[in-house]
Amino acid sequence: MSLWKDFTNGLVNENPTFRLVLGTCPTLAVTTAVTNGLGMGVAAMAVLIGSNLIISLINKIVPSEVRIPIYVVVIATFTTLVQMMIQAFSPALDKALGIFIPLIVVNCIILARAESFASKNPPLNSIMDGIGMGLGFTGALVIMSTVREILGAGTFMGISLFGAGFEPALIAILPPGGFLVFGFAIAAVNKLTSAKKA
Amino acid sequence: MKLLIIMLSSILVNNFVLSRFLGICPFLGVSKKVETALGMGLAVTFVMGLASVMTFLVQYYLLVPLGIPYMQTIAFILVIAGLVQFVEMVLKKTSPTLYQALGVYLPLITTNCAVLGVAILNIQSGYNLIETLVNGVGGALGFTLAIVLFAGVRERLETSIIPKSFEGFPIALITASLLSIAFLGFSGLL
Repeated sequence: MSLWKDFTNGLVNENPTFRLVLGTCPTLAVTTAVTNGLGMGVAAMAVLIGSNLIISLINKIVPSEVRIPIYVVVIATFTTLVQMMIQAFSPALDKALGIFIPLIVVNCIILARAESFASKNPPLNSIMDGIGMGLGFTGALVIMSTVREILGAGTFMGISLFGAGFEPALIAILPPGGFLVFGFAIAAVNKLTSAKKA
Repeated sequence: MKLLIIMLSSILVNNFVLSRFLGICPFLGVSKKVETALGMGLAVTFVMGLASVMTFLVQYYLLVPLGIPYMQTIAFILVIAGLVQFVEMVLKKTSPTLYQALGVYLPLITTNCAVLGVAILNIQSGYNLIETLVNGVGGALGFTLAIVLFAGVRERLETSIIPKSFEGFPIALITASLLSIAFLGFSGLL
């Protein structure tokens, strides 16, 4: 039961993107197309699950004074693994995400979960937390990129939706559109959750 | 001439925060007051200039000769973390006033993706040592410019009436969006 709770926590209640507002850099930068958002979400989820597992296994032997550098090295190792795999299996995705793959290292979601969850909980719970948080992050990226791709390019995952007559609002896939869509998305989530409570 | 172009490009045209989306966390987190924003900007400028040079040296005198460029991410993040710690210690000894002013923000810089981002971008663009330094400092000045402007707007927002759902982050992001539109105007500059 508590495993299930750890899993769903990251999906809705503590959604890393919309509720905790962590990991904003990749959220804004890669959500210009749905495939990019999905790729980034899955890559970050892989790193998150791996680092959560290792950190919860080693937390008893890590002295607490040097835990942050050790966590960072663990995370950097997984990031490098994921980066090499993306380069090998999907060069197109590697090109689209570019610098933001190595920057998964400094994605605050991963270090935040390591510090606040994985270092205090058993491995199985930490894996579930990693999957839940990862899916929450991926879901948020997919929602953001769907809105931006449809508005800004008139396509969904590269498939044209409205035919040739549609004049896309280019601004949505330019940087200002990222900030704008993200702002409205958080406002919408705030509105929905406050309505539920009342 | 090339140096001037790199500098202008990293400050205005490819502003780190508003068009490359690097360093958004401190941009949103430490921008409620102009003074703190300025402190953060100066700390970042200092670390980013140093980090650009250090990671350049690590890349070309350590990783490449040893044939292990795939260790780049791990090596760079360790260099940056070490550097931040070192800067903190030196400042504490030599300039307590500056240390007091920057104090809180220094450790935060380790996880500022603009620092790691500029290091990786420098290597990708194939810059030499001087160009690397100029790009690092220019990028950081661009960050400072953006965060100070943004803090100025946010100070005004404090007293405005905002719809409930938009309070806090949403209105800040929409402000950032408008600021980013203004910076798009620079794209024809170079």
